Amino acid sequence: MYLTQLSCVVVPPSLLKCVYTNDEGLWIRASADCNQAGFRVEVEPQARRFTMHSHQALQVPVSPLQTSRRSSVPQLTNSPTLIVMVGLPARGKTYISKKLTRYLNWIGFPTKVFNLGQYRRDAVQTYKNFEFFRQDNKEAMQIRKACASNALKDICIYFSKENGQVAVFDATNTTRERRVSIVSFAKEKGYKVFFVESICDDPDIIAQNITEVKVSSPDYVNCDKEEALADFLKRIECYKQTYVPLDDEKDRNLSYIKIFDVGSRYLVNRVQDHIQSRIVYYLMNIHVTPRSIYLTRHGESELNLLGRIGGDSGLSPRGHKYAASLGSFLKGQNIKDLKVWTSHMKRTIQTAEHLGVPYEQWKALNEIDAGVCEELTYEEIQEKHPEEFALRDQDKYRYRYPKGESYEDLVHRLEPVIMELERQENVLVVCHQAVMRCLLAYLLDKTSDELPYLKCPLHTVLRLTPVAYGCKMENIFLNVEAVNTHRERPVNVDVTRDPAEALKTIPDHF
Amino acid sequence: MMRGSSRSKSTQNLDRTVCMTNCPTLIVTVGLPARGKTYISKKLTRYLNWIGVPTREFNVGQYRRECVKIYKSFEFFRPDNEEGLKIRQQCASAALNDVRQYLADEGGQVAVFDATNTTRERRQTITAFAEQNGFKVFFVESVCEDPVVIAENIVQVKLGSPDYMNCNTEEAMEDFKKRIECYENSYETLDEVWDRHLSYIKIIDVGRRYLVNQVQDHIQSRIVYYLMNIHITPRSIYLCRHGESDLNVKGCIGGDSGLSPRGREFAKYLGKFIESQDISDLKVWTSQMKRTIQTAEAVSVPYEQWKALNEIDAGVCEEMMYEEIQQHYPLEFALRDQDKYRYRYPKGESYEDLVQRLEPVIMELERQENVLVICHQAVMRCLLAYFLDKTAEELPYLKCPLHTVLKLTPVAYGCKVESIFLNVDAVNTHRDRPEVGISTKTHRNVVAPVINIIRNISLTNDGAALVSHFLPVFFYTLFPDLGDACTLLFFANDLMQMM
Repeated sequence: MYLTQLSCVVVPPSLLKCVYTNDEGLWIRASADCNQAGFRVEVEPQARRFTMHSHQALQVPVSPLQTSRRSSVPQLTNSPTLIVMVGLPARGKTYISKKLTRYLNWIGFPTKVFNLGQYRRDAVQTYKNFEFFRQDNKEAMQIRKACASNALKDICIYFSKENGQVAVFDATNTTRERRVSIVSFAKEKGYKVFFVESICDDPDIIAQNITEVKVSSPDYVNCDKEEALADFLKRIECYKQTYVPLDDEKDRNLSYIKIFDVGSRYLVNRVQDHIQSRIVYYLMNIHVTPRSIYLTRHGESELNLLGRIGGDSGLSPRGHKYAASLGSFLKGQNIKDLKVWTSHMKRTIQTAEHLGVPYEQWKALNEIDAGVCEELTYEEIQEKHPEEFALRDQDKYRYRYPKGESYEDLVHRLEPVIMELERQENVLVVCHQAVMRCLLAYLLDKTSDELPYLKCPLHTVLRLTPVAYGCKMENIFLNVEAVNTHRERPVNVDVTRDPAEALKTIPDHF
Repeated sequence: MMRGSSRSKSTQNLDRTVCMTNCPTLIVTVGLPARGKTYISKKLTRYLNWIGVPTREFNVGQYRRECVKIYKSFEFFRPDNEEGLKIRQQCASAALNDVRQYLADEGGQVAVFDATNTTRERRQTITAFAEQNGFKVFFVESVCEDPVVIAENIVQVKLGSPDYMNCNTEEAMEDFKKRIECYENSYETLDEVWDRHLSYIKIIDVGRRYLVNQVQDHIQSRIVYYLMNIHITPRSIYLCRHGESDLNVKGCIGGDSGLSPRGREFAKYLGKFIESQDISDLKVWTSQMKRTIQTAEAVSVPYEQWKALNEIDAGVCEEMMYEEIQQHYPLEFALRDQDKYRYRYPKGESYEDLVQRLEPVIMELERQENVLVICHQAVMRCLLAYFLDKTAEELPYLKCPLHTVLKLTPVAYGCKVESIFLNVDAVNTHRDRPEVGISTKTHRNVVAPVINIIRNISLTNDGAALVSHFLPVFFYTLFPDLGDACTLLFFANDLMQMM
């Protein structure tokens, strides 16, 4: 029953052919058509060695099969979805594409952006000037059309061979002709299409966009700011002549959302399914108002000092000192209209108390539930649950503590927090290590492999400020000592490993 | 659900927590008659109350009916009927007055002002009223020109209205259509330009299209999300619990046990029942606990697992019998009986937490059509409370017996419920609300589930031996100091009679 390799196969019991054990271990034989909607699955005609927790085979009488790698939420999507951006240059299409992709990946829908400008830059090595985009430039038109085809081909590969679920086609797509060809392409392949159009005529916003992201683009690497701005404005003119926005009448059978003036108004047409509904909800909650998000953990707690995980203890003396420093730090930052959020656990609430400002408690911000391992030290976990300890090291993101949670569960629990963070402006979130890792992974676009190992030390504030297409991060240690609670992935993650190897990376404690 | 300010039992200073929504919100419906305004108002109110936002709807038609006792005909609504106009204006004012009272004095957070509000003038009056009182305004306009949909609306809800009690179907239909015409001429829809500073959602053709303008805050964002996910396609929702589990039989709560033999039989019958219903495109959802999954297996339709559908986490009381909880945690046990909705098990959850956890499930249930949800007692109570508009006080005591399927079919403004017992016996796991009091009263109710276990077991087994096994258990719970055999016999007789 020991694992040799990690697999994310989840076999529906109805497709289970047989289960048997022999000297080598537990074997599960499944039928070929496991590829059903809602299951992350590989086709596997012969018997294959599975890990103990990659199952839904409850008929299996072997009791240690408890820990499950099932996702907390069903996927609820069948066909892949092709999101098609529409809009003149400098309307925020790439900003939206990247942000949406980051969000969808974080909540568990494999998504990728296909930026046509990138394809064009690869095809035409050097950009000369806006003339490339003139309507009458036949040669350029050929190249641009070829790039679009290549992008669509890559999207095909992403869906069929790379397990992608959503692809964002980031291009202007400003003519009906172009959109019609995309729709027929998608229909042929069985993809759902959802258009996202950004319409904006405010010259200030457009100028700001150009300054923030266009002027520094590879296209203008050898130009100065004014030249770049002037050229780019002419580029926009080239598109304006043939721009046909999505039409209320003519496009009434398409599924789309039209975003007006950076979100003051939306027109939503024919939302087909769950994922489109989530996308619409997300797009309607994001904004571009400058602001900062401050993430910090609670001050050092009594259980932290003892090297114990979980629990609901209060702050240690150093923890209280940190909370006071945090208060002074925030006053110094002079933040306008700061909202403060904590969890329902003593240590975050005690930390917030020192700040002297109203704070809001979210149960969703509670630390990961370690189930049977609550309040144990790593040494005790190794002693009492050595197998579980190893399984966790093998796949820390999906591993669920018996009677507890996984990081994956945490992400689903935190989704409403993220949604509200997007709506808000300046926010300070006082939370916990695992929770902070999840939030950070969302803000910094980290993968699920990196997420459980992100460094979130005690007594440190992370200040995240959205800039261009990403997030600027500042790391501020408030100069109050604390224990280290970070545990790196040990080299040996095998269930048969020596206890010493398991405990190699645990941090010091009292 | 950002209500982190939940009244939990931990050591928190509740006064320090701040609500997400500062000012109360006034939702104002807009639209011609028979466009679904009341349907939307009632549904939205039900949803907001369920997620913990105190909401109430104020239907101006209701005020009018109270004022003008008998409805004669559509002539009342003619734009040139001065007397009619005066009365209608008075009714609107009376309703707004009540809105003010609800939001300012009675702790309400959202009020839904359900009326046609089809003229700009009327809407300006309301906006001014709201500004004066510090309320935020959000308009919900329903625009529909599909004659089929409108006719269907009229049939479903207007013909049965008190206004048309003494008319036959044709007369009512005719009159109502003329009523709509009275509004049509003066109807000024929310305009993209003129009303660009107002916050609103325009729902076009029953949800095919939406226009959303100037969403101001969290609650408006949630309202928009909800309205964009509901539909009126006819469908049914089937709710049932897993089959009887081994822990059920023992009288223990929580845990993750498998099905008992009777539970497995139920699962088989469930499969047959579902087949017999011949439901198109049925989706089946379960939790991630063994007993629901094993139940779904018998239905031979692909099913989806939701962690959110897992049973309430009883924390330190997991897998205990009620008697054990009484023994080890008597204070907690009593606290739970005092406020079962908000009480959170130590290291566990409350019903209130459950509702927050189930909100995405409800949202997806709204999006879907035919669904069978195989879940657990506390979870099913929460879902049922949402569909049947039960209060937080009633919710934890809703009856959700094992081996019974509830078929919910939306009809008119509510939900038709059919209860189908699949004829496989099971233990009763329902614990009624105890009468207010302490000690002995609490004890009595500890006994209840045990009695039922005995009853059920004695029906299917040789009663005597088992009864004598169980009696000492609750005997000690009630009278830990007594050891008199006679008393035991006497008490046993009483119990037999009670059964």
